[in-house]
Amino acid sequence: MALTLLGRKVGMTQWFDGEGKAVPATVVQVEPSVVVQLKRRESDGYTAIQLGWGGVKGGKLPKPLRGHFQKAGVAPRRKLYEARVDDPDAFQVGQELGVEQFSEGELVDVTGISKGRGFAGTIKRWGFSYRPKSHGHKLIRRPGTAGPMGLRKVIKGKKMPGHFGAETVTIRNLQVLKVDEARGLLVLRGSVPGPRKGILKIRKHDA
Amino acid sequence: MTGMDDLIGALEEEHLKEWPEFRPGDIIRIYERVSEGARERLQPFEGVVLRRSGSGSREMVTIRRIAAGVGVERTIPLHSPKLERIEVIKRHNIRKSRPYWLRRITRLHKIQ
Repeated sequence: MALTLLGRKVGMTQWFDGEGKAVPATVVQVEPSVVVQLKRRESDGYTAIQLGWGGVKGGKLPKPLRGHFQKAGVAPRRKLYEARVDDPDAFQVGQELGVEQFSEGELVDVTGISKGRGFAGTIKRWGFSYRPKSHGHKLIRRPGTAGPMGLRKVIKGKKMPGHFGAETVTIRNLQVLKVDEARGLLVLRGSVPGPRKGILKIRKHDA
Repeated sequence: MTGMDDLIGALEEEHLKEWPEFRPGDIIRIYERVSEGARERLQPFEGVVLRRSGSGSREMVTIRRIAAGVGVERTIPLHSPKLERIEVIKRHNIRKSRPYWLRRITRLHKIQ
């Protein structure tokens, strides 16, 4: 139950931390989200705020959604998402939330969709070993055996080639190295799933 | 999404430091802050610049010197907060951007 905002991965660089050490860093652009609806226990059964993010031409949205934004009195947004917060009444409909919600040194969890790798073999997908390249070998990247002969079947969950990547991944406990309010940028220590320009959910880390 | 291209470059500017101009082949001396327990002191390192690599705040410089008869090469982030000062001792007009042939030269101050 903590504030979550959407952002976009800008790319990676290095950052000098307080001790003068260069650490790997990811830059995330957090354009402000706007509060569209407050969800309360009495009316919805749980507490949250509904947020809209990203510009969109109103005509691109279905009419019911347009009405939803109109009711809140905010311009239509491309994405609607929720952040589970304990006290929705601490926020107001129409309020804009951006990078200023984060502070330097705090920890965040980042959720994104990892880079899709298509149909991948066992070496890329599961980290299997290569076979020798020489001394009479030719099936260098093949997976080897699928199980013992006497078993007469393949164990469920056996690591095989197949679709890899493009799945939801959460990286927890990334330290906020820098908050740039003027540009709406966050600098996080470490890496983050997905390609550049990929959409990320940044959640304040609690517990 | 507009203007995403150089957001990183703009952020890195904060780390950038102003150094005197020098290029590979020059002899420079750097002063690095070293903390020994609670005390901090400046440690100089003087030598010939073998290369500058990278760009922005990630630029690195490789310096070579002969210390106690052994060749020592250090590669240091040029914009590290630990770097206090850089002095250019001697400038050389060297054509290569990566003058690795300097490793075979023992009397560096006698180049050219």
